[in-house]
Amino acid sequence: MTLRNLITEAQNTWCPGCGNFMIQHSLKNILAGMENEGKSLDNVVLVSGIGCHAKIADYLNINSVYALHGRAIPVATGLKLANPHLTVICCSGDGDCYAEGLDHLIFAAKRNIDITVIVHNNRVYGLTTGQYTPTSPLGFRGKSTPSGTAEYPFNPLELMLASGATYIARGYTRKQEQLKALFLQGIAHRGFSFIDVLQICATFFPVADYYGSRVYDPAGHDTGDFEAACHLAREWDYNTDARIALGFFYQRQAPVFEEKMQPAAVTQEERDHAIAALLGSRT
Amino acid sequence: MNEVSVLIGGKAGDGINSAGALVAQLLNHSGYRVYLYFDYPSLIRGGHNFAIIRGAEQGIGTCREKVDFVLALTRETVERHRGMWHEGTAVVYNSGLVKGPGQGIPVKEILSQEGAPDIMGNSVIIGAFAKAAGIPWETVTSVFMSHIPKGVELNLKLARKGYDLLEPIHPVSRLSSPALPLVTGNEAIGLGMVQGGLEAYVSYPMTPSSSLLHFLAEQKDRFGIQVVHPENEIAVILMGIGFACAGKRAAVGTSGGGFCLMTEGLSFAGMAEIPLVLVVSQRTGPSTGLPTYTGQSDLRLVLHAGQGEFPRFIVAPGDVAEAVYWSAVAMNLAWKYQVPAFILTDKTLSEGTYSLDLPSPAGIPPGEFPRWDGSNAYRRYAYSPSGVSPLAFPGTKDAVVKVNSYAHDESGITTEEGEVVALMTEKRLKKEQGLAAEMDRYLPVTVSGVAGSFSVLLCWGSTKGVCTEVGSALGLRVIQPVVLSPFPKEQLKKALEGSKRIICVEENATGQLEELARQHGINADTMILKYDGRPFTREELERKVREVLP
Repeated sequence: MTLRNLITEAQNTWCPGCGNFMIQHSLKNILAGMENEGKSLDNVVLVSGIGCHAKIADYLNINSVYALHGRAIPVATGLKLANPHLTVICCSGDGDCYAEGLDHLIFAAKRNIDITVIVHNNRVYGLTTGQYTPTSPLGFRGKSTPSGTAEYPFNPLELMLASGATYIARGYTRKQEQLKALFLQGIAHRGFSFIDVLQICATFFPVADYYGSRVYDPAGHDTGDFEAACHLAREWDYNTDARIALGFFYQRQAPVFEEKMQPAAVTQEERDHAIAALLGSRT
Repeated sequence: MNEVSVLIGGKAGDGINSAGALVAQLLNHSGYRVYLYFDYPSLIRGGHNFAIIRGAEQGIGTCREKVDFVLALTRETVERHRGMWHEGTAVVYNSGLVKGPGQGIPVKEILSQEGAPDIMGNSVIIGAFAKAAGIPWETVTSVFMSHIPKGVELNLKLARKGYDLLEPIHPVSRLSSPALPLVTGNEAIGLGMVQGGLEAYVSYPMTPSSSLLHFLAEQKDRFGIQVVHPENEIAVILMGIGFACAGKRAAVGTSGGGFCLMTEGLSFAGMAEIPLVLVVSQRTGPSTGLPTYTGQSDLRLVLHAGQGEFPRFIVAPGDVAEAVYWSAVAMNLAWKYQVPAFILTDKTLSEGTYSLDLPSPAGIPPGEFPRWDGSNAYRRYAYSPSGVSPLAFPGTKDAVVKVNSYAHDESGITTEEGEVVALMTEKRLKKEQGLAAEMDRYLPVTVSGVAGSFSVLLCWGSTKGVCTEVGSALGLRVIQPVVLSPFPKEQLKKALEGSKRIICVEENATGQLEELARQHGINADTMILKYDGRPFTREELERKVREVLP
């Protein structure tokens, strides 16, 4: 078997120092690992929204749907419902899926569709050159809020816990080994997996020093304990100064949406018969 | 009588639609072609509902102004529709709730004698109607046996009590046609899409499209399809696109307001060359408008919706047979050309019940589309003379399938190169030429009425029924473009050959087909427009046409 080149020839246009490189690198390593284990990448699909994060659809040489801003998750849901054998990885931005497409994120968690959502959460709009997002801190001065935002960020982990997500984690682009482990775990989890990735935006929100002095790995956290996960998620509210826990927050097993939604096996002949029977019943 | 009209009215929740369906079956089994119009306000309990059931020798798609029978479950039914009575209209009413004139039926007493619940009161009235219409008791028995799901014996007993109370008042002639299936327009669209290979239907409820969602959800296991009701119409179209990207034949359904939310997804489907069927059922607009009433004011919307330029197929069936046929065709053409394909309908067709007279019940099998042969590295948007690229789906061995909403190159990678962008634009537009040429294999324009007449009624969608009837009565040619995009200009010009006067009939306020035809150099002389949410009646249109004829 010849291993495929996992990176396309598309020119990479992320800024130097962008956290997206780490996310792509981690995914590439995971894909290479799958190939080395003899797993075909033919069944893997990457779905992205629109924004800096989404360029990953051009860069990774695997099946992809480069969708619309905020709309990666419903496309991913359709793909998984249509073909449950696919491994569907959804890369989304914070503006993308916490603002424009928040409804889809909540509903995907509620349904427990077996897809993995990786949020490239740089807490700023990059491609539109620097406006606040739903996770920017209060008072964030962006191009649309030169006097500082007048609204608090929300806490995406808390939101996902409330919405029924069955795998919840938080990574950081400067903790590459952990990030890869969380992605692997999320992909392996049968059900809706959510990974919020604190990603450095080198140009518009370079907060590596802030994160560097606050991130930690909680010891002895019980990932099956919903209340403990809520407590851990609330430790840092994406706004006020606090320790920032990284890693695996919560997991539970639950029936997956696509399994309940599979069509009955019906042959063309049975279908024709059903149509004839229906018309007969209307006569 | 060789034609009969029956009005049945009551409160929302009285089961008027199902009682109307039974009356329709009685006429169906008496040899009539049937049309049922159901009129209801946007509420769940209490408001006035009525159905008009019309039977005639020929296929029909409209009501008359006058009715021969009124079946009144409420006083309001008698009072509100008095203008629809003629001198001989027979009124059969529930004497416990309504005062005459006409034939009072003591429904309450009969129900209590038999210990039957109130909802079965409709059976007493229907039995009385059957006798007043001279319908043999055997017909009542067989219709009840086939069409009442439970408690048929008690219902028949109640109907017989009503039947025995009256004598024939307006006996309807027994006609020779065999009974035909009675289906709504939405059911016909569903059946057509299933024949065209539908595998998934995604929709968010919105009148008058919801009954298609309900129908397919109820039948999904028999047809072997998936039916999904997501969080909103944006999710609907994006999920539909997800299904299509995975190789499943998907359709979405909505009405105007929901379709507005879908337009960004529509443009994505245009750019990314996604095969997807969209059912848009029009109601009175703008905005929330009249949710449960009809209109033809969204043609311009579906013609132009979505940013940028991309081909689309639009078909507007005029009756249930066309709805079955063209829905299957729309599904096939969406896949053959990898374009969004619309089935544009309205409340009149979607929720009206018609006799389905299909020339070939076998219908149209799911058509083929070009598939990747595996010989060279897969490129999702490979150039070809027709503009159509072979399809492969994620899961196909050794194919890297890259679907993209950005301007992209042949392999699906984003590009900003002007030359590639221009080539790709031309590639997509070539598919429109193919679609237009493909129309020679179909009949995208129908001609009915009196074919050689100098005067033409030009119409589209559900007004075909009323126009055909008026055209036949007044000796006019009736021309209906069923396909509206790509616009069948040559076929329409041919159908119009020798005409001297074109009267465009539409249920909107600005003449949207008239404008579309004008853009293609076909000028109507007059427009007859209606925009109060109610479909034209036969007499109303006839009067208006006479006014504009010399």
